[in-house]
Amino acid sequence: MAGINSSQNRENPFKQNWFVTATWLIVICYVVYSFQAMGLSWERFNDGLGHASNLLGRMVPPNFSRWSLLLSGLIESLEIAIISSIFGIFISLFLGLVAARNLMPTWVSTPVRMLIALCRTFHPVIIAILFVKSVGFGALAGILTLIVASVGFIAKLFAEAIEEISLKQVEAIRATGAGFTSIILFSVMPQVFSRFIGFSTYQLDSNLRNSTMVGIVGAGGLGGTLFSAFQRFDYDFVAAILIIIIALIMFGEFLSNIVRRIFR
Amino acid sequence: MNTIDHHWQRFTLKQKLSRYAVYLVLIIAFFQSIKSVEVIPEFLLDAPEQMADMFARMWPIDFAYYPVAVHDAMIETLNIATLGTLITLIFAIPLALMNASNIVNSAWCHWISRFFLVSSRSVNSLVWALLFVSIFGPGVIAGVLAIAFRSIGFVGKLLGEAIEEVNMGSIEALKATGASWLSILLKGYWPQVLPAFFSIVLFRWDINVRESAVLGLVGAGGIGVVLDDSMNLFQWDRVAMSLLAIFAIVIVAEIVVVNIRKRLI
Repeated sequence: MAGINSSQNRENPFKQNWFVTATWLIVICYVVYSFQAMGLSWERFNDGLGHASNLLGRMVPPNFSRWSLLLSGLIESLEIAIISSIFGIFISLFLGLVAARNLMPTWVSTPVRMLIALCRTFHPVIIAILFVKSVGFGALAGILTLIVASVGFIAKLFAEAIEEISLKQVEAIRATGAGFTSIILFSVMPQVFSRFIGFSTYQLDSNLRNSTMVGIVGAGGLGGTLFSAFQRFDYDFVAAILIIIIALIMFGEFLSNIVRRIFR
Repeated sequence: MNTIDHHWQRFTLKQKLSRYAVYLVLIIAFFQSIKSVEVIPEFLLDAPEQMADMFARMWPIDFAYYPVAVHDAMIETLNIATLGTLITLIFAIPLALMNASNIVNSAWCHWISRFFLVSSRSVNSLVWALLFVSIFGPGVIAGVLAIAFRSIGFVGKLLGEAIEEVNMGSIEALKATGASWLSILLKGYWPQVLPAFFSIVLFRWDINVRESAVLGLVGAGGIGVVLDDSMNLFQWDRVAMSLLAIFAIVIVAEIVVVNIRKRLI
C-alpha cells in the first residue's frame, strides 16, 4: 500500500454510449424529415405571428357582457361533470372488483378488462361524436361520454390497486367463514379505499376539464359556447370563456385537494 | 418481513363529520344536477335503437378507403403526436428546472413556472388547436403546436417532481469538485432523472397519439379531418374505417411504449 496509484484510474467515468447517440441521431433525422413534411415556411410563420398579435389584441379586454350565457354553459358543464363522475365511479367500483385477477377467475376478469381497455382506447371527443349522433345534441351525450371515459380510467387503476393488496387479510376474513360480500367489504375495501378516493377525485377533476370540451362536438356544456364564439370571431368573448374555464379548473383542483386531505 | 407498527384508531368526531359532509355535498350536488340538467327523456329511451342503427350503417367497413385517404392521414397523425411531444421538451425542461425547489430556490420562479404549467394543462388540446388554427390557418402546424402546448404542463410538472426526488449526495460530490453549473446538471441530475424522463415522455407520447387523432375535427390536420369529412357526408362505412385505423394505431402505440419502457428502465 503505497498511496493511490492515480495512473491506473484514468478511465472516463462518463462513457460515451453509442446506442444512445445513435438513437438521438435518428430522432434528429426524424424531426428534420417531419418539419419538411409539415411545410412550415418562414413566411407562414411570420404571417402567423402577425395573426397572433391581431388575435391577442382582439382578445384583450375580455368581454363578460354576455355573462348569462356564460353562466348557463358553466352550470351545464358542472352538472355534466358531477353526474358522469358519480355514475362512472359507481360503475367502475364494481367493474374494478370484477376485473381484479386475484379475486376473480380468468374467464370473468379477462372480458371485463377488455371492456375497460376499449373504453380507454378512444379519445373522449370521438366517443362524444358517436353519442351525439346516436342520442342527439345536448348534455346527455356529454354525460354518457364522460361515464365511458371515467370507467376506462378508474376501473383500470382500481383493478390494479386491488391486485396489489395483501391476501393475508383476505384469508383471515375467509377463515372466519365470511361470505363473498363480507370478504370484499372487510378485507379488500379497507386496503384500497384511500387510493380509490384518490382516483375518484382525480377523475372528478379531469371530468370537469373534459366537460368543458365535449361541447365542441355538440355534447353540451361550455365547450359549445366556446366553439360558436370562435366561429363568430367573437375573440373577446372567447377570452372570457377561457378565463372562466381556467378559474373553474383551479377551483376544482382546490376542492379535490380538500377532499383528499379529508380522506387521508 | 416488515413488522406491524401500524397504530389503529377510530376516526375522530371531526374526521367523521367532514367525511359525511363530503358525502352529503356530493349527494346534494348529484340530485341538484339530475334535476336541472336538460336531458330529453325521449332521446334517452330510443338511444339503444339509434345506436344499433348507427352501428348497422357502419357495417360493412369500407376497407377500400384506407389507401385513398386514411393512410396518409394516419402518418400525419403520428407526425403530429411525435413532433408535438418533442417540441414540448423545449419549453417543458426549462419550466421543470424552474419548478424544482432543489435547483432554483426562488419563490418567484416557482410561481411563474407553476402559472405556465397550470394554464397549459387547463386549456384542452382542442381549444389550443382552435387558437392555433386561427393563427396559422388549418393544417398540421396548428396540430403540432396544440399538442406541444397541451403537453407542457404534464411533462413539466412530472419532470419537476422527478428532479425534486433525486439523491443530492452525488450532486454535492460534484459540487465539491468545483464542477460548473452545466456539468452538475448533465452529470449529476440527468443520469438520475433519465428513467423518469423517458417514461414521462413515452407516456405523454402515448396520450398524444390519442389526442392528435381528434385535432382534425377543428381543422388541425391528421385523421380527424378524414373522420370529420366522412361524418359530414354520412359515409358511416368510411367513419368505421377511420375509427378502426385509430383503434389500431392506439394499440400499436401502447405496445411500442410498453416494450421500449421494458428495455430502458
